Amino acid sequence: MNSSRTDARIGFIAFNTFREAVRDRVLYNLIAFALLLSGSAILVGEISIDIERLVVVNLGLTAVSIFGVVIAIFIGIGLVSKEMDKRTLYTVLSRPVRRWEFIVGKFFGLTGTLIVNTLFMAIGVLLALLYTAHRFEKMDVWVMVAVYFIVLQFLIVCALALFFSSFSTPLMSAVFTFALFIIGSLAEDLRGFARITHGAGGVLATAIAYLVPNFSALNVISQVAHGDSVPGRLILYNTLYALLYSTMVISGAVLIFQRRNLK
Amino acid sequence: MVAIEILDLEKSYQVGFWRKRAKVALRPLRLTIEEGEVFGFLGPNGAGKTTTLKLLMGLVFPTAGTARILGRALDDPQVKSQIGFLPEQPYFYDHLTARELLNYYGQLSGVPAKGRAARVEQMLDRVGLSDSAGVQLRKFSKGMLQRVGLAQAILHDPKLVFLDEPMSGLDPMGRREVRDMIQQLRHEGKTVFFSTHILSDAEALCDRVGVIHQGELRGVGAIAELTSQTQGRIEIIFYAPRVPAALTQLGAEARVSGNIVNAVLPEKQQDAALEVLRHERLKLISLTPVRRSLEEYYIQNMRPIEGPKEEGPKEEGPKEEGPKEENRKGVGV
Repeated sequence: MNSSRTDARIGFIAFNTFREAVRDRVLYNLIAFALLLSGSAILVGEISIDIERLVVVNLGLTAVSIFGVVIAIFIGIGLVSKEMDKRTLYTVLSRPVRRWEFIVGKFFGLTGTLIVNTLFMAIGVLLALLYTAHRFEKMDVWVMVAVYFIVLQFLIVCALALFFSSFSTPLMSAVFTFALFIIGSLAEDLRGFARITHGAGGVLATAIAYLVPNFSALNVISQVAHGDSVPGRLILYNTLYALLYSTMVISGAVLIFQRRNLK
Repeated sequence: MVAIEILDLEKSYQVGFWRKRAKVALRPLRLTIEEGEVFGFLGPNGAGKTTTLKLLMGLVFPTAGTARILGRALDDPQVKSQIGFLPEQPYFYDHLTARELLNYYGQLSGVPAKGRAARVEQMLDRVGLSDSAGVQLRKFSKGMLQRVGLAQAILHDPKLVFLDEPMSGLDPMGRREVRDMIQQLRHEGKTVFFSTHILSDAEALCDRVGVIHQGELRGVGAIAELTSQTQGRIEIIFYAPRVPAALTQLGAEARVSGNIVNAVLPEKQQDAALEVLRHERLKLISLTPVRRSLEEYYIQNMRPIEGPKEEGPKEEGPKEEGPKEENRKGVGV
């Protein structure tokens, strides 16, 4: 078991995770729902005079985001616990596979699944935009940037789901992850609240505000719906933030999983 | 060469709301298994068999003690490429086919890409699943999953194979197939360590058995020696329509089946019993000493432990005749 094989093993686990996920019919139901919502945005857009684009982008990307998060949580929380329940984990970890390789492989497999899903859902949104405007516009590039930020959100959500599922039950993992997604979506408000709070409460609020994942910074849906551009600096910062945050969370998952007795 | 060396391996879990109570799953276990041996780990459900296997597989961590496999520590990466493991009642990835699953496990075990596909087909053929190789595992029966499980355990040609209750839940045909496979592994020179509570399987397959109960190894012995011990009694089978009264007077416990009598009596009455048969002009079929069965050995080792040992601090070691040093080869109890 040398280091040159480590990446291969992670790749095998990631591919297997991806393959298992894409063969699950539940996934297609969720994607179909998201596409349906994007389609319905056209109808809503048609009765909203002059703001068709605004409605289509807002509704479409929100659908992509919400269904993506649901898929990330739905698959992510079961990745470890399901393998433990079914004892498939035993046959994997009794091979020359390190526990951290398993977690990292699962993470890549899940993010891979979500990237492919998001791609399909984003195509749905673009087709809806094409239907309303009859052509692609320059500002549609920013819609793609918003989709990229949604993918970055999924990266963090996947990491969180995996983190919680490394020590908790699937139900509790789902509750924790979804709660953090909601709190994280209000991170900017939380930071604002921390700024105006003083004393111990202020310190606590600041700590929480910076500890929870800042999903609100990764949400530019409203901005791009209005046709506004996204600064290159924000793209860079958001990319670094998402990579760093998910790496930290996955490291936490690995630390817990390394010590866990697989009963 | 020693294949498995278990040195005072023990495991206890913290239970209760505050996790303050210790539940002992395995008391200090000392056991040595030689290469090429087929070893049966016997015990009722919850005895500690699976815990032992999980400890050896590195799935749970010991509270104390250590173990060596093929002379290496359990966390040595080299170890895992030389072992195969079949968990109890295995389930696999529902949406994969048997072929895909074995290919995946082959990848993880480091089976070279060149020749992997051929090896997978060979294994599928060996477990009789060639016709179902392209079917998703969620459509497999329990017996078929067990066969896939066996195939994945030996796919990478390991030196040591650990099987947790490999016959559990199988129909007679399935059990026969697993038994044949274990025999085949023995002929290939593999070391097989398998847990079971089906004694007939252990008796048919094992070179040695260990009996574990309430987390404690109660005894280790070679099957041949265990079952060769006579019990001071003989069994006489002869043709007769009824049990001769003279035989009953000798203290025989007899039963008649058709025109065949089966009588068990003390060994010292052998000559007198034969004299009765001669006198009555009865035709003898067989005369054999009554040997101890594995079942009797097993039952003997199932005695309850004195005191509250199931839960509570694990301060005491094994109280039995200490299968500590004497269990390398031969009878340990």
